[in-house]
Amino acid sequence: MGEKVLMKGNEAIAEAAIRAGCRHYFGYPITPQTEVAAYMSKRMPKIGGTFLQAESEIAAINMVIGVAATGKRVMTSSSSPGISLKQEGISYLAGCDLPALVVNVERGGPGLGGIQPSQSDYWQATKAGGHGDYHNIVLAPASVQEMAALTIKGFELADKYSMVTMILADGTMGQMMEPVEIDDIEIKTVEKPWALTGTGMARSHNIVNSLYLKPDLLEQKNFERYEKYAQIEKSEVMYEEYMMDDADICLVAFGITARVAKNAIAEARAKGIKVGLLRPITLWPFPSQALAARASQCKAFISVEMNMGQMIDDVKLAISCSRPVYLCNRVGGMIPSPEEVLDKIISVSGGAD
Amino acid sequence: MSNSVKRVTLFAGHYGSGKTNCAINYALHLRSSGLPVAIADLDVVNPYFRTVDSMAELVSAGIRVVASDYAASNVDFPALPGEMYSLFEDKSSYAVIDLGGDDRGALALGRYRDLILEENDFNNFLVINKYRPLTATPALCMEVMEEISSAAGIPFTGIVNNSNLGAETTWEDIEKSIPYAKAVSSMSGLPIVMTTYMDSLTVLGALDIPLFGLSLQKKVFEED
Repeated sequence: MGEKVLMKGNEAIAEAAIRAGCRHYFGYPITPQTEVAAYMSKRMPKIGGTFLQAESEIAAINMVIGVAATGKRVMTSSSSPGISLKQEGISYLAGCDLPALVVNVERGGPGLGGIQPSQSDYWQATKAGGHGDYHNIVLAPASVQEMAALTIKGFELADKYSMVTMILADGTMGQMMEPVEIDDIEIKTVEKPWALTGTGMARSHNIVNSLYLKPDLLEQKNFERYEKYAQIEKSEVMYEEYMMDDADICLVAFGITARVAKNAIAEARAKGIKVGLLRPITLWPFPSQALAARASQCKAFISVEMNMGQMIDDVKLAISCSRPVYLCNRVGGMIPSPEEVLDKIISVSGGAD
Repeated sequence: MSNSVKRVTLFAGHYGSGKTNCAINYALHLRSSGLPVAIADLDVVNPYFRTVDSMAELVSAGIRVVASDYAASNVDFPALPGEMYSLFEDKSSYAVIDLGGDDRGALALGRYRDLILEENDFNNFLVINKYRPLTATPALCMEVMEEISSAAGIPFTGIVNNSNLGAETTWEDIEKSIPYAKAVSSMSGLPIVMTTYMDSLTVLGALDIPLFGLSLQKKVFEED
């Protein structure tokens, strides 16, 4: 493109996936992520790709497993209740060490909940929502431009580590429209010697499988996978620090709440309160070291979330509970206002200076 | 703005083209010229940004708002209220109708189509935005236009050039959209009824297309 266009966050994900070489999309409509599928349904037939509306979310994730096993870039997207349905397939992808991109544009829960935005799938996304010991790489965009950038990055990370990358957005990020620039990119491909591409009578059969009949082999496989996770925790952490140099109070927020937090910071600083923001961009691996480094400087942390307090656990762990960590939250589809965040900052700071 | 005012004005287009924004501002414009106006939200596609989000502004301007009881709620339920029929039966009031996106959104108009065609006092405007990827070229606009008009069963009568990049729109962006709008006009044989601009924007030159200032802009949430 090379030129700015006006896109919804959901469309930016879809267009960026196409730019990243994804030609296989499987999904099932659900508000507030439907535009990902709608966009794919318009674009994929024109570029020789596959858009398939499956009969269910479960069918869609199993189609993802099939394409991932052939080594092609593949994705699915849904919103909270649909992502719950996909968890079995995500666990199988982890067990087979297959790369894929899964997008969750979260809505309020539990159950059918509601269609308005939420961040209440943080635990599900970062602590492995399905069965077994595994992680997904979890990326949390905070703008339409970042929806595009992290989709491309997500495919690269998935291929690099042969595992699922999840984009964890919320209904606001999916629905909001912002100018965005999505350039043609050089697609970084990795060798996938394990892919099921036909032996051509030149090699032995590849087998993609998550079933291990011998427990010692399954144990070994888990150990190896966790060595890979340790490597990711060391080298793939992404975060943004905002006005942290002199901060006494550190807000921690991702996605849409990080933007609300920035507004609150401007208002708090106008009142003389030194407050900054640490915005995790990777939710797994979590920027624990960056937070720990701020614990000696900041007297308190405030986790701003659209859930009942989920990321706050990771903040406490990161700083070994060495400072108080407070929660500022709204749930059920409600977004905290900058004023609500400001009130929390004022109360934690013990009043304006 | 050209094209004489009709009793019923429909705004249709690709989702995210700015139909709702155009419809709301057009209703306010009619009302400010002293006409009795009702606005209807027929959007059964997008449950997020809706006419009812501007309910307070519309009602205080003296505009009647007809929308699903479920709009802006937590229920994703494509229902249309019975009150919608009053727009077509009570001919003493002007009606502005905001259709849902694409052909699927236009399908909801089907049950009122015969009433609109029979009265034959309507404008059906196609809202286009050069900066939306799926309507970025005149050929893509023609695709969307044909899909919508065959779903709605009502011919288009004009084009609303709503080309914008949101809050970042410059006058130059609007100027650059004029050749595009003209190409859509010549391919479709429809007149360009208006080119919109945020009325906070300074008009920097004369265009040979009627301008329409948008005063009310809805945002997801207020940011600096």
